[in-house]
Amino acid sequence: MSGGEGALLTAAGLTKLYGARIGCMDVSLELHAGEVLAVVGESGSGKSTLLALLATQLRPTRGRIRYRMRDGVVRDLFALAEAERRFLLRTDWGFVHQDARLGLRMGVSAGGNVGERLMAVGWRNYGRIRGEALDWLTRVEIDGERIDDLPTTFSGGMRQRLQIAKNMVTAPRLVFMDEPTGGLDVSVQARLLDLMRGLVADHALAVVIVTHDLAVARLLSHRLLVMRHGRVIETGLTDQVLDDPREPYTQLLVSADLRG
Amino acid sequence: MYVAVKGGEAAITAAHELLARERRGDPSLPEISADQIREQLALAVNRVMCEGSLYDGDLAAQAIKQARGDLIEAIFLLRAYRATLPRLGYAAPVDTGAMRLRRRISATYKDLPGGQLLGPTFDYTHRLLDPSPPAAAPAAQRRPAAPAGEPVPQVTQLLDREGLIEANAGADGDGVGDLTRTPLAFPAGRDLRLQALARADEGFLLGLAYSTQRGYGRTHPFAAEIRMGEVEVEFVPEELGFAVPLGQITLTECEMVNQFQGSATQPPQFTRGYGLAFGHAERKAMAMALLDRALRSEELGQERTAPAQDPEFVLAHCDNVQATGFVEHLKLPHYVDFQAELALLRQLRAEWLAARGGDRQAAPASASDGAAQ
Amino acid sequence: MTGGISYNFAYLDEQSKRSIRRAILKAVAIPGYQVPFPSREMPMPYGWGTGGVQVTASILGPHDVLKVIDQGADDTTNAVSIRQFFARTAGVRTTTDTGAASIIQTRHRLPEAPLAEGQIVVYQVPIPEPLRFLEPRESETRQMHALEDYGLMHVKLYEDIARHGHIATAYAYPVMVEDRYLMDPSPTPKFDNPKMHMSPALQLFGAGREQRIYALPPYTRVVSLDFDDHPFARTRFEKPCALCGARDSYLDEVIIDDAGGRMFVCSDTDYCEGRRAQAAAAGGAP
Repeated sequence: MSGGEGALLTAAGLTKLYGARIGCMDVSLELHAGEVLAVVGESGSGKSTLLALLATQLRPTRGRIRYRMRDGVVRDLFALAEAERRFLLRTDWGFVHQDARLGLRMGVSAGGNVGERLMAVGWRNYGRIRGEALDWLTRVEIDGERIDDLPTTFSGGMRQRLQIAKNMVTAPRLVFMDEPTGGLDVSVQARLLDLMRGLVADHALAVVIVTHDLAVARLLSHRLLVMRHGRVIETGLTDQVLDDPREPYTQLLVSADLRG
Repeated sequence: MYVAVKGGEAAITAAHELLARERRGDPSLPEISADQIREQLALAVNRVMCEGSLYDGDLAAQAIKQARGDLIEAIFLLRAYRATLPRLGYAAPVDTGAMRLRRRISATYKDLPGGQLLGPTFDYTHRLLDPSPPAAAPAAQRRPAAPAGEPVPQVTQLLDREGLIEANAGADGDGVGDLTRTPLAFPAGRDLRLQALARADEGFLLGLAYSTQRGYGRTHPFAAEIRMGEVEVEFVPEELGFAVPLGQITLTECEMVNQFQGSATQPPQFTRGYGLAFGHAERKAMAMALLDRALRSEELGQERTAPAQDPEFVLAHCDNVQATGFVEHLKLPHYVDFQAELALLRQLRAEWLAARGGDRQAAPASASDGAAQ
Repeated sequence: MTGGISYNFAYLDEQSKRSIRRAILKAVAIPGYQVPFPSREMPMPYGWGTGGVQVTASILGPHDVLKVIDQGADDTTNAVSIRQFFARTAGVRTTTDTGAASIIQTRHRLPEAPLAEGQIVVYQVPIPEPLRFLEPRESETRQMHALEDYGLMHVKLYEDIARHGHIATAYAYPVMVEDRYLMDPSPTPKFDNPKMHMSPALQLFGAGREQRIYALPPYTRVVSLDFDDHPFARTRFEKPCALCGARDSYLDEVIIDDAGGRMFVCSDTDYCEGRRAQAAAAGGAP
């Protein structure tokens, strides 16, 4: 079952069951290069499970995911050898966690964090690694003076920007984000979202972003998936779904969001 | 004029002579015999057999004497001896259900078939240090053997009949592993985990077990049963094809019943923790049972939050022979590596001072990093 | 202990030796790869050389000549103890002369004299895993080796340079073997690393407590980790050995008085004595 022409990522019938409990049920989607797909829903909706499945952190009970590799060949992600999967995670993909401590090495300097992927793929010149790290820190608006500081000394917003830099350094084509603005001040959030929009536009990134915040979805995403009790209940272009929701549950979400 | 140090050999010989003298202690006092140790310090002997992984009271007693009472040193002696013994094969699994009980208690039922048999226990003694403890009853009344009658079923069997407790996992197709033949690799199966726990340091297990009771990975344990007594050890020689009794050994078995668990395919049931030790060794068997269950956390779908639930942490550090060897190895000379560290430190300090200019303490001329050869 | 116990040649039973030799062969076939082996309890404690002793016991034959050193010296207490052990259980000839030895068991140093084909060096290793202090879980480090996933090691070196200006590892300096496996050369000072590269001798590494054996067959490429612009720097001493004048050997610092006076002498006692003997002979030549 192949995806549409040029689809980067295609998922079909993704299902994850925990005994009798449904993590997510029968989810299918398609993602193209340069597209941002938001997965929204309340907590317990299954959106984080879906993200974990797409990023191959969990194995599905049923269903398949296909991905078009850098060489153009479409591969079944769960048929990849562990070495290939890890290489993909480290080069072609990125993952921005809600809790930066999961995505960073808190005991390693900012420069070391950003340089890690480069060292993992064989860069062996300290000066060049450091230069590249400095470049990316600047691009995510972290003061270059902080390159040798530990992330424990960074604010929440800075840690998220460091995570982004750490992921972007190998020019990934697909980035997964799990509530990246969660727990941040509104103004900090705005700055982060601006940065992400810029990166998406400049690098034609494909993004799957999980969020409970519809404003974030509206700002960043082209398309939207609304989840409830593990199933996708509505999908479409972000603006259309948010301006004119068809499902009663989606209407509820949108109105709650406007009020709250 | 400096002369290079020599004489290590002479120093070692002298040290051993000194040790022998210390071991004997005051020569005007009677020398302790291994038999006395075996009989009157039986619980020390039990611990040495258990952690030495060798059931031989005489040898354990001798080891304790040779080790001057240092039990871990004695355990080491026994393990080293064990490593030289030829292995003939594996005994048939012992049937603890058929144990000749000398002690048997259950905390989960007030009364039960087979009854509560206190046996020889410290449990209800008042810990008053008494230089002259009451004389024991005459020899004829020692060790009343359990009537060789009906075997008393384990409490867990009663629960099992009602389906209230998870079934005991039988050996899978791979058979039972042998910790002494293959190095422990992670993730380790329950068979190897239990083997490692059986020979593990009692103090280490005790501390970790205690931690689970205080909230570091809680398992809601109840002592379903603790039994101590003699079991028969049998061996099936290939040439004969039937079981041949080798003798009896004393075992302490502890079965813990822990918080229930259900799944899509199983109704909720109690879960198990198992402990087994040579001789009379309740603290060890109980701690082992608590840890067995804690280490099964992930398998039972629980989140791993505590050290006692981390198999790599627990099993890599529970062998006291390994632990004492490595901790005490710090006494060995490390001056070459220390020298390397000194050199590096001096260099870093020199650079630090130079970068700040000014007062520079003359560092002794030593090593520095030159260009690569 | 109980009288009448007789031990096999070199203590270990033949079964054990065979299983250790199998592990050694696997290790030689995959240079730098840590082969798990069932370590036996030995009469000396874990951490005191049981891995090295098991390897030596498994390869020792009645015609071997054994040298045992610790910190480079033949006369340190543990070297004496291990040498006595083999003298007693195997009856082999022992020597302090590096050139005359067929097997050299060592803790924390390589002899200064270049080794020859046919010689075997057996290293005592406390922690075989080079990534251990960066990643404590064995299940994870095993994966990292299998997938050649060594980024973490370079991150550590990067951090050293960022913090200190140099790589701050003075001993047990990590190396890449044949461009494939990351290896810990045992806690020898980094000074000794270059000697391991393309050595004519067979180098075996035994870790008893951790139950791993690894190997460098003769003429194996062993490269110390570094960055192009921060290359591996060999330690150099500013002064020669105070006893024999050597400028190319690793020196021990010896404190000679209460005022903190110190002198530097060769760590390799055999090398130092040899040079002094040569100088004396030359001096006394007619």
